[in-house]
Amino acid sequence: MKKLEKISEKVGKWFQKGKPLHPLYPFYDAMDTFFLTPKTRTGTGAHIRDAVDMKRSMITVMIAMMPALLFGIWNVGYQHFLSTGETVSYLRMFGYGLIKILPIIIVTYVSGLTVEIIFAKIRNHQVAEGFFVTGLLIPMILPPEIPLWIVALATAFSVLFCKEVFGGNGYNFLNPALVARAFIFFSYPKVITGDFIWIAGQTDAFSGATPLAHLSLGEVSQLPSMMEMLIGTIPGSVGETSKIAILLGAIFLVVTRVASLRIMLSVVVGGLAMGGFLNLIGGNPYFEFPAWQHLFLGGFLFGAVFMATDPVSAAHTPVGKIVYGFLIGVMAILIRVVNKGYPEGMMLAILLMNIFAPLIDYIVVQIHIRNRKKEIIKINNLKI
Amino acid sequence: MSIKKYFGPLSKNNPVLVQILGVCSALAVTAQLKPAFVMALSVTVVTGFSNLVISSIRKMIPPRIRIVIQLVVIATMVILVDQILQAFFYDMSKMLSVFVGLIITNCIVMGRLEAFAMGNPPLPSFLDGIFNGLGFGLVLIVVGFIRELLGSGTLWNVQVIPTSFYEAGYMNNGLMMLPPMALLLIGVMIWIQRS
Repeated sequence: MKKLEKISEKVGKWFQKGKPLHPLYPFYDAMDTFFLTPKTRTGTGAHIRDAVDMKRSMITVMIAMMPALLFGIWNVGYQHFLSTGETVSYLRMFGYGLIKILPIIIVTYVSGLTVEIIFAKIRNHQVAEGFFVTGLLIPMILPPEIPLWIVALATAFSVLFCKEVFGGNGYNFLNPALVARAFIFFSYPKVITGDFIWIAGQTDAFSGATPLAHLSLGEVSQLPSMMEMLIGTIPGSVGETSKIAILLGAIFLVVTRVASLRIMLSVVVGGLAMGGFLNLIGGNPYFEFPAWQHLFLGGFLFGAVFMATDPVSAAHTPVGKIVYGFLIGVMAILIRVVNKGYPEGMMLAILLMNIFAPLIDYIVVQIHIRNRKKEIIKINNLKI
Repeated sequence: MSIKKYFGPLSKNNPVLVQILGVCSALAVTAQLKPAFVMALSVTVVTGFSNLVISSIRKMIPPRIRIVIQLVVIATMVILVDQILQAFFYDMSKMLSVFVGLIITNCIVMGRLEAFAMGNPPLPSFLDGIFNGLGFGLVLIVVGFIRELLGSGTLWNVQVIPTSFYEAGYMNNGLMMLPPMALLLIGVMIWIQRS
């Protein structure tokens, strides 16, 4: 650590005012605080001494995403060799996935950080940490065969229009990763929907339809087994397939208290409630599909754990979190089942509830204020 | 009296970008350049001539029913434009469908009548109407240009993005064809104009 500090100090001199590298100062600052603790500390006022700052909590989220990401990378290779019919070692599958996914991750970071640094320069503030998580989330919710220029464009679009114009990190009222996906979804539907994009380098004869696609056509018998969906050896977006890996991440997030368990659970409850309700209506295989199995399909669980819990765009009040999560679950299943044009309802459901989150908070606070007033009147026997 | 006085609506006092009027039709008809251009022209004609008419009879209009009279004049102009389009440019009229008729609800037209034509002589009113229409049209054409270029790869229905681009993996942006993108583009234009 000492050594790292010395290097940083030495390098830092090149970036001071008047030195040739000064225009790149935000970049240096980002790297410096990424590896070391920030040098500036709160001077006055009451504050809690704690090792956790924004950077640490962001890194916690990134660690929580690792199992899903690593499994996703392996699965890309697994699906590819499954479609070509070759049998190769697990390591080679992982290597193949890495070749496919690593460029996407790099492109996302380069594109997003470029926009961030330009804005940091114009507005004279530091590059915020928020993008580290976003930059890793974006590749995880995209299919492996996505053209890289689209990734770059969507990332830049989402950082610019969803974050920077509203004031940068912490002011984005929508989840930037989902905005990037929604941008691709509406702009280039060909690269993110259909049966031929979910498996990298797939041969034509092999059906690459995701379980959701089978379901929307009513082919319940074509669905992979529950076990396969749980482990995640199914075609899909990179990070969403393995439910076990996602649950591992969820446990880690809950134990470290970085993400809200309240939101995760209420999303699941909301999904079950809506699924159960649709079961009661019945009528076609999709409506009759057991509610609990919905949880294992598509990005529902991934969204519940990593997307809905985004502390910036979610509701903030404890009661508000429950309402917010519940409605995400309900909307996700509703969109998924009723509107077959949008099989992945989770993305749209979370974005929709992101917009409503401030309103939910407002209502919760107002109700609380009213109840407190009533209480005061009752205690003091006041008459109004 | 210099004509420069009337240039305000083109940039500094643009009806769409500064007064945020007429956004609805700016979203609806700008998916392609051609309808955007026709719409711009129609609105310019309507604002110009209704300003002229109202300004000429402004001393005869009883203040209490002025809105009704203004509406009658605007409606007449809009119907004229609509009929001309139907007679000579039927395809275009089909394409713009209800939005030609909806020029009557465009706040720019009514706003200029109330704010300018009711208190100024005919010629300045006419110029004011024309330039406000042009200011509106300018935004429409810029948005239409970007949306058609990126959304369909064409301009004025002529393919401009070479096929070699498509072979290299380029794709048209579907979001550009949807109204939300027009809203974003207008937002960006406001941003650029104000900074």
